[in-house]
Amino acid sequence: MPSTLSHAHLTLTRAPRPPAGAPRDEVVAQLRETARQIRLQDLALVHFAGAGHIGGDFSAVDVLTVLYGAVLDVAPDRVDDPERDRFVLSKGHVAGSYYVTLAAYGFLPVEQLATFLKPLSTLGGHPNRLHVPGVEASTGPLGHGLPIAVGQALAARLDSSPRQTYVLTGDGEMQEGSNWEAMMSASHYGLDNLTVVVDRNGLQQGASTEASMDLAPLADKARAFGFAVSEVDGHDHGALLDLLGSRERPGGRPRFVIAHTHKGHPISFMSDQVAWHHKVPDADQYATARAELDALAPAAGGAL
Amino acid sequence: MTQRLAPRWLEAETFDCRDAFVETLVALASEDPRIVGVVNDSVGSSKLDAFRTAFPDRLVNVGIAEQDMVGMAAGLAGGGRIPFVSGAACFLTARAMEQIKVDAAYSRNNLKLCGMSPGVAYGELGPTHHSIEDVAWLRALDQLVVVVPADPVETAAAIRWAAAYEGPVFVRVSRTPVPQVHPADHTFTPGRATVLHEGDDVTLVSNGTVLWRALAAAEQLAAEGIGARVLSMASVSPLDTAAVVQAARETGALVTAEESVPRGGLGGAVAEAVVAHHPVPVRMLGVDAFAPTGSAGYLLDRYGMSPEGIARAARELLHRRRS
Repeated sequence: MPSTLSHAHLTLTRAPRPPAGAPRDEVVAQLRETARQIRLQDLALVHFAGAGHIGGDFSAVDVLTVLYGAVLDVAPDRVDDPERDRFVLSKGHVAGSYYVTLAAYGFLPVEQLATFLKPLSTLGGHPNRLHVPGVEASTGPLGHGLPIAVGQALAARLDSSPRQTYVLTGDGEMQEGSNWEAMMSASHYGLDNLTVVVDRNGLQQGASTEASMDLAPLADKARAFGFAVSEVDGHDHGALLDLLGSRERPGGRPRFVIAHTHKGHPISFMSDQVAWHHKVPDADQYATARAELDALAPAAGGAL
Repeated sequence: MTQRLAPRWLEAETFDCRDAFVETLVALASEDPRIVGVVNDSVGSSKLDAFRTAFPDRLVNVGIAEQDMVGMAAGLAGGGRIPFVSGAACFLTARAMEQIKVDAAYSRNNLKLCGMSPGVAYGELGPTHHSIEDVAWLRALDQLVVVVPADPVETAAAIRWAAAYEGPVFVRVSRTPVPQVHPADHTFTPGRATVLHEGDDVTLVSNGTVLWRALAAAEQLAAEGIGARVLSMASVSPLDTAAVVQAARETGALVTAEESVPRGGLGGAVAEAVVAHHPVPVRMLGVDAFAPTGSAGYLLDRYGMSPEGIARAARELLHRRRS
């Protein structure tokens, strides 16, 4: 049995947001290292708490890091600012990596992570907007985030506000019809202030998305629904930064970014393995995964 | 209708509560720019034409897509707006139930769900379009205030209250014509019942389109020397438990009557309070099955909620208690 999650397992330190105008290479290197630190911390949370969704956590970490580290106009001291950007995590089951990301960027005290999944903790298995600063939507059931994000983007439009709305969905989640209802609305209202990012790891809880209910051709479908579609390596911080950070909005259309990712990335025995949807690493697996992440430290010359 | 109905009911002017809803919403929106309407191609069925004319940019039509409608309303609320989501109660509640649970209630978003033409208002269109389950479903949700107004005055009062309240609300907006039963200065307070007719022999608890029928029943009972207290209970959740318990203690028997399924609905709520605090006989009237073809008025009568039917239920209950 693993020991109970405690403060001794907290390795995360606050990550500075790169100053405006910092050289791109420096920004990307910093994001890469922050994402590595977030994975290390999340791995410990899941291992010692004995529960979590580490596969999806690790496929989403890089998108989360780039959004919070360099894209979203949000800050811990202005979580109620009406003019903040909005981010909706639709795949609410990756709450672990989301909490760690929020802690890395100062929305939560790092010490609070030690309460993850414990009785009465505000850091439960799915994020609650009423209890976790920076969380815009209480999610968990799939297919909720995209309609909410469309409403957020429409509110910005009604306010003539430049604020942006981003939503991260899973790919299996795109099987929910509510997403397609929302996508019709987004293009009907011409919401070019909305960016949908799909964490396209190709796996859902029980099998591949294609074997479960084929999504392909996802890009064509999104295009047919009126979106400007891009595809990107969802673990390439530079490519994500360039794409998500760009405020260009082609043709007044909402954006649909297919982020190609790997569930469990970059851990050798987790990557692309459907079993790691919500499997908990045992002591040996925890040690191995840590060692693999340590080997990617900048001093070790590695890269995710 | 029975010929025993007092002339005041036979001659009373009747109202479609949607008119009071729209008039109130337009007035509120004129004062508060945060208010927006959200519809599922339901401008006509919600009678929202006047709102669309006054605020064309603040009426969001999502098409026939109820999950998206409630989810988007949650997002609009997150963007500082006060959305009044308006659609036929049957589709709004059944189709978007999980969004109502998670995006409205659990998230405590400041949005207002306005269920049009609830109960058996769609009459002959049948149980696919009836919304008799909505009260029971939504009463099960924590954090959601569930309101069933009885007349145009109470509908307007509930909408005004909902706009000022910071949190999720469900309001039924009736289309079946009803007479005015509350005084013009009636206000809505969650968890607060109003006594509309005094009596100490039995209590009739009702709301929505059935409330005037309960009042007419009380008048028939009064003519027979039976004192029926009538509790107007628009606030189903939270319930005015104190008023129910006081009625149980002072009158010793209760009849509930509603245009919805009583199990889990107003009847269920009243029975729970009575059983927990002061057990006495309770008779629950409501539309407790998928209804056969018929108009709304016919169906309410058929399910025992004509004034005579409600009076009969009260008499039977009293007889049972005395025997």
